[in-house]
Amino acid sequence: MTLRIFTAFLFCVLACSALAQEKPHVFRGATIYPIEGSPVENGILVVLNGKIVAVGPAATVTVPADAVVHNVPGKVIMPGLVDTHTHLGGGDGGDQSAPLQPDVRILDAINVRSDNLKKAVAGGITTANIMPGSGHLMSGQTAYVKLRRANTINDMLVCSDPINDICGGMKMANGTNSIRSAPFPGTRAKSAALVRQLFVKAQEYRAKVQAAKGDPAKMPKRELDMEALVQVLEGKRIVHHHTHRHDDILTVLRLAKEFGFRVVLHHVSEAWKVADEIAKAGVPSSIIVLDSPGGKLEAVNIRWENGAALEQAGALVGFHTDDGITDSRLFLRSAAFGVRSGMSREKALEAMTLAGAKMLDLDHRIGSLNVGKDADFIILSGDPLSLYTHVEQTWVEGQKVFDRSNPDDYKYAVGGFDVFRESVHVDACEEGGAQ
Amino acid sequence: MKQAPEHTAAPLHYFIIRHSAFNIRHCFSLLLMLALLFFVATPSAAQVAVRGETMYTMAGEPINDGVVLLRGNKIERVGPASQVSIPSGYNVLSAKVVTPGLIDARSVIGLAGIYNVAHDQMQLETSSPIQPELRALDAYNPQEALVEWVRNLGVTTLHTGPSPGALASGSTIIVKTTGKTVNEALVDSVGMVAFTIGSSVSQNFRSPGTKSKSIAMIRSEFFKAQDYAAKMNEKDPSKRPARDLKLDMLSKVLAGEVKALFTAQTATDITSVLRLQKEFGFKLVFDGAAEAYLVIDEIKKAGVPVIIHPTMVRTGGELRNASMETAATLKKAGIPIAFQSGYESYVPKTRVVLFEAAIAIANGLPWNDALAALTIEPARLLGIEKRVGSLEAGKDADVVLFDGDPFEYTTRVCGVVVNGVVVSETCR
Repeated sequence: MTLRIFTAFLFCVLACSALAQEKPHVFRGATIYPIEGSPVENGILVVLNGKIVAVGPAATVTVPADAVVHNVPGKVIMPGLVDTHTHLGGGDGGDQSAPLQPDVRILDAINVRSDNLKKAVAGGITTANIMPGSGHLMSGQTAYVKLRRANTINDMLVCSDPINDICGGMKMANGTNSIRSAPFPGTRAKSAALVRQLFVKAQEYRAKVQAAKGDPAKMPKRELDMEALVQVLEGKRIVHHHTHRHDDILTVLRLAKEFGFRVVLHHVSEAWKVADEIAKAGVPSSIIVLDSPGGKLEAVNIRWENGAALEQAGALVGFHTDDGITDSRLFLRSAAFGVRSGMSREKALEAMTLAGAKMLDLDHRIGSLNVGKDADFIILSGDPLSLYTHVEQTWVEGQKVFDRSNPDDYKYAVGGFDVFRESVHVDACEEGGAQ
Repeated sequence: MKQAPEHTAAPLHYFIIRHSAFNIRHCFSLLLMLALLFFVATPSAAQVAVRGETMYTMAGEPINDGVVLLRGNKIERVGPASQVSIPSGYNVLSAKVVTPGLIDARSVIGLAGIYNVAHDQMQLETSSPIQPELRALDAYNPQEALVEWVRNLGVTTLHTGPSPGALASGSTIIVKTTGKTVNEALVDSVGMVAFTIGSSVSQNFRSPGTKSKSIAMIRSEFFKAQDYAAKMNEKDPSKRPARDLKLDMLSKVLAGEVKALFTAQTATDITSVLRLQKEFGFKLVFDGAAEAYLVIDEIKKAGVPVIIHPTMVRTGGELRNASMETAATLKKAGIPIAFQSGYESYVPKTRVVLFEAAIAIANGLPWNDALAALTIEPARLLGIEKRVGSLEAGKDADVVLFDGDPFEYTTRVCGVVVNGVVVSETCR
């Protein structure tokens, strides 16, 4: 026992001293897109202990004497990308037993060794909202993760205590995905009625909790689904709502207003039809860029102009990959297509970073290169919106998690046999499929 | 489309002169009507000239300040503006960059539709694994929304047909992306016959359940077709067998009249197809070929061109080893390549060859080779290089206009001309 305590003590001393001795890293000469503020030519970024400690033009930033200096002239540095809706890690959420499963947590199902997590950092993504599927009205609790090098899911979560903290949002969906045979709804009206009934129940549960005034004897019996929904009702857990068609979008706004929950619209294929209504409701939209419309009835009218329409209406816009619907390695393409179809460069880049951070309630920590924020950033070979630009390095909290010049990382950026050599025995079971 | 455009313009002028004595109100409304008519009619009514700050003809070096004069549905002249003057009265479209119409070398658009519901998914018949007699001709919907989608992004020629997934799924067609009927759209009614070797076949059929069985079944059918072809050559008609559509089509493949388009993704499957080709001697084109980079020498030695999988294809299943660098690797090895939109079972419902080529450039394919793999290379591969694939006098008047580098994400396609008709002038 004594030995174990001593070992723990020794470990702590070593770990703490390692932290204390960490040298500042200085990135010098790049064009810096801080997102909050104009681009800085020949800028300097200084990071220490996982945080940004200085950022600005070379003339105004003092380089610490003991710093590790990275000269990156001609490169572009911007905040790590925030993917507000992805399915990295191969997890699944709710099962077929019920259309509403708020008790289910995706964090219980994420495989941190999935190849797609490595592809995501190759695409410059540093923070992700990992979602359970959209086949339910409520598929479960999402997980906000940092794409740190991870051995267990705990190493990735943004929250520090997965048992007691709120570690993500709540995934909901309407439209056709969740319309199936019983116990799932058969119509849109039934879908909304089921959701309303559950929220009414949650309101009653919340009233009981409030009436107990902290007295354990008076508290209602613990119910996992109700507890999660109370967090939603109290605005502590954000609803991430898959929705495509204009009328379905308005249904989400109606329900959010009735129950007062905070919501982010996801996909929002027909946002261009109801952009003003979305903006007026003050609800953010996380949109996806697809190379063509269709593939499902609700996405037939999706437009690249969604970003511009929402920007012009004054709504907050972010992007997502919905990986594997689109490839995390090509996430920056979303912003470029936004600009192609009328978004401003500023808002398009903000949509990849700060807007997404806001949608996850993480803008105090990430989304822009500001002193005090997490040192999550990417180094690009050129203009963020250009085809010819590659993500060269991805850093999360001051740690390099992707380096294109490293052959082991490179193969995840481009694909190919060696990438999968380790997992061929697994893939052999799932061969086929795509066609 | 065959109507000479200038003839539609002439009566309009006649009309205006004849009615010029009418009272002012009539005249005004007539003018308004004429203006409207003119607005609607102009794109097809006037002779069209396309002028580009940079013009990639794909038949020689790019031309600075180039001009293409179109006459009817053909290209009349191509050259620098200093040598090719634009006659008055021409409808002149100008752009930063001008290229030939793009060719999608392997698609299912028109058989597979945008809605993804049973009635618009005609890309794969699963009643039997070998049905080369099925014709895309009988299933192509020229008014499909996805045809318009890719057309607006520069695709003027589509090689489309059944999807992969059956040992032999039918014959493809080559069409232009306009035309309200398949006959109007048609370039070639029988493009190739589509075959697939790979585990995807066994997902669609009880048998073949294995790759070995797949090859055995195909070999058996080819032997039947050889036998059938020999008997069909009997001088005595009474000794000839009854006509069999399946064996007819396979005989054409074996005789080299129709190319065999083999979808094969893994190195094992690519090698098996090369073995089949050696045994039966058909004309072979590879589709997909995700692991082609592992068997480069074998493909090159066999002289087989590759319609490479979409660069952004999802890397799962048989495509788990797909690399965004394969287009560059194949080209470097001297293997002819062309780009395809492929088959998508969900969202997005189709890919766009322009975007697939772009990602290949970002991953090592030289810019010029990428444009060639969207134009003249697929034209050759499809045997239609006398009609399309480059901007040359006498070829089809298929032209695309861009407001910048065609492959750059933020560049828009700002004009598309198919068979001399301006089908889009909106920047997208």
